Amino acid sequence: MRRLIHPALALAACLLAFAGCSESGGDGAVSDRKDQAARGAELIAAKGCGTCHEIPGIDGATGRVGPPLDHMGDRMFIAGMIRNTAENMQVWLTDPQSVVPGNAMPDTGLEADEAEDVAAYLESLR
Amino acid sequence: MMERLWNRKPSIQAPRIVGRLALAPLLALASPAIAASEESTSAPMYYLKTFGPKGDITASLTWGLLAIAAGVSVLMSVLVIVAMFRNGRSSMATPGSPLPIAHPPGGHRWIYLGLALTTLVLIALVIWTMDVLAEIDEPAGEPAFTIEVTGQQWWWEARYVDPDDPSRSFVTANELHIPVGEPVRITLASRDVIHSFWVPALAGKTDVIPGQTNETWLQADREGVYRGQCAEYCGLQHAHMALRIFADAPEAFQAWWDHQLEPADEVPEGSELLAVGERQFRLQCGACHAVRGTLAGGEAGPDLTHLMDRTTIASVTLPNTPGHLSGWIADPQHQKPGTTMPNPDLSGPELNAIRHYLETLD
Ligand code: HEC
Ligand code: HEC
Ligand SMILES: [Cu+2]
Repeated sequence: MRRLIHPALALAACLLAFAGCSESGGDGAVSDRKDQAARGAELIAAKGCGTCHEIPGIDGATGRVGPPLDHMGDRMFIAGMIRNTAENMQVWLTDPQSVVPGNAMPDTGLEADEAEDVAAYLESLR
Repeated sequence: MMERLWNRKPSIQAPRIVGRLALAPLLALASPAIAASEESTSAPMYYLKTFGPKGDITASLTWGLLAIAAGVSVLMSVLVIVAMFRNGRSSMATPGSPLPIAHPPGGHRWIYLGLALTTLVLIALVIWTMDVLAEIDEPAGEPAFTIEVTGQQWWWEARYVDPDDPSRSFVTANELHIPVGEPVRITLASRDVIHSFWVPALAGKTDVIPGQTNETWLQADREGVYRGQCAEYCGLQHAHMALRIFADAPEAFQAWWDHQLEPADEVPEGSELLAVGERQFRLQCGACHAVRGTLAGGEAGPDLTHLMDRTTIASVTLPNTPGHLSGWIADPQHQKPGTTMPNPDLSGPELNAIRHYLETLD
């Protein structure tokens, strides 16, 4: 009997684990988020963020003009001005001059939905 | 008057003596499956698929020589192997006994035959090679204009010269436009060390040597973007000394030339940001960069009068986007360590103003 119980328990544990996984946001949402981050990574390369920032996971992103963007998902503030939330990040990315007038970061021409993708990638940097 | 430059019908190629005829079967064998070597594809430096008369005939020669060399290697290997197994058996049969010295008759025949065959093939190759050299020396028709290219660490200056009207000359950098299907003469000079001008999909290399003006020509038979590259090690940023050739339709090329002649637009009245940008540019950058129509007239760096017409900056090192451009201006020494362009002493607002100003240079 005992021998039978062990595999059964293991199976149940597995199922629970999977259930737990999909509970926290749903499988679809997770992969959506991943797709977004992947698109964001491509945009970051195309827009030249890496000429100014060191950004983990982006080829050639070794810039020293602005701050490094590692752990961006964990930071409290953006540019020391606004809280690091998803909406604020989109504001910063589409119009950094409105947040800190005159700062060296340009409007790189990101559309609203593109900024969302880039924000998703930065969010993933923990 | 500029129509003359490209309305000419593509001229007929002088007949070639050896050329493709003889090598047609070899070429059919060797023809690569790799697609166009235009820059849009994954192999921008691939030189065996070409897009102009000069490259085409050289690539044929390359394939031909390769095929013959491969054929000779195979033939020789086979002969050696056959020889090894033909006479070996009798001596191997009785180990320890002295080798029989045999003089089979007719051995010299092989040598005479081999010598004659080798000589014939080599003579044919010499004729073919010299024919190709003669062919690529000059284009079939006289080029309508000249681009005077000056290589320097680590970028290319290009002066377009209309032989009939000096007032229609202008200077640009790194991105050269040519009319499709037309030969264009290119002179090559250096401001510092030896470079080499190479656009693999169109033509072979021509060295760029200080104190001397070399000449070459290009012709692209298909519209597109072709990557070029300095092909002679010239210092730290040699690898970042690339160029782009745009082969444009005749009308587009004429429009481009006409546009390049125009001076920069004046900064509009009332734009504080652009006024600051223009002034800062003149103070910080104008000693090295020219913007025609303004007081900025430097010659140590690329002419920026129509910077926004270029798709890349810093010799095809970075795409020309607001982000890359800002990053380049703020820290060129990080993007291209050792470049003549120094890191500027600019505040954030000044950097922004200058970039906005540069974005008006279209
Ligand atoms: C010309 C250089 C430059 C470029 C290009 C640039 N940035 Fe910035 N960036 C800066 C500077 C400088 C700051 C600091 C601004 C401040 O604190 O006021 C900054 C700040 C940031 C911050 C906030 C960092 C923090 O820790 O507070 C983020 C996020 C950011 N940039 C993302 C990007 C992204 C994404 C791109 C590309 C779309 C980009 N940047 C392009 C210069 C640049
Ligand atoms: C000491 C001379 C010098 C000064 C000063 C200088 N530059 Fe440059 N600049 C260069 C050189 C040389 C290059 C070519 C670099 C390369 O591609 O290797 C260059 C390249 C550039 C390019 C890329 C052009 C292209 O088509 O590839 C831009 C844009 C530019 N500079 C802007 C500026 C701005 C803006 C300033 C002022 C803040 C400035 N430069 C100051 C020498 C200078
Ligand atoms: Cu070089």
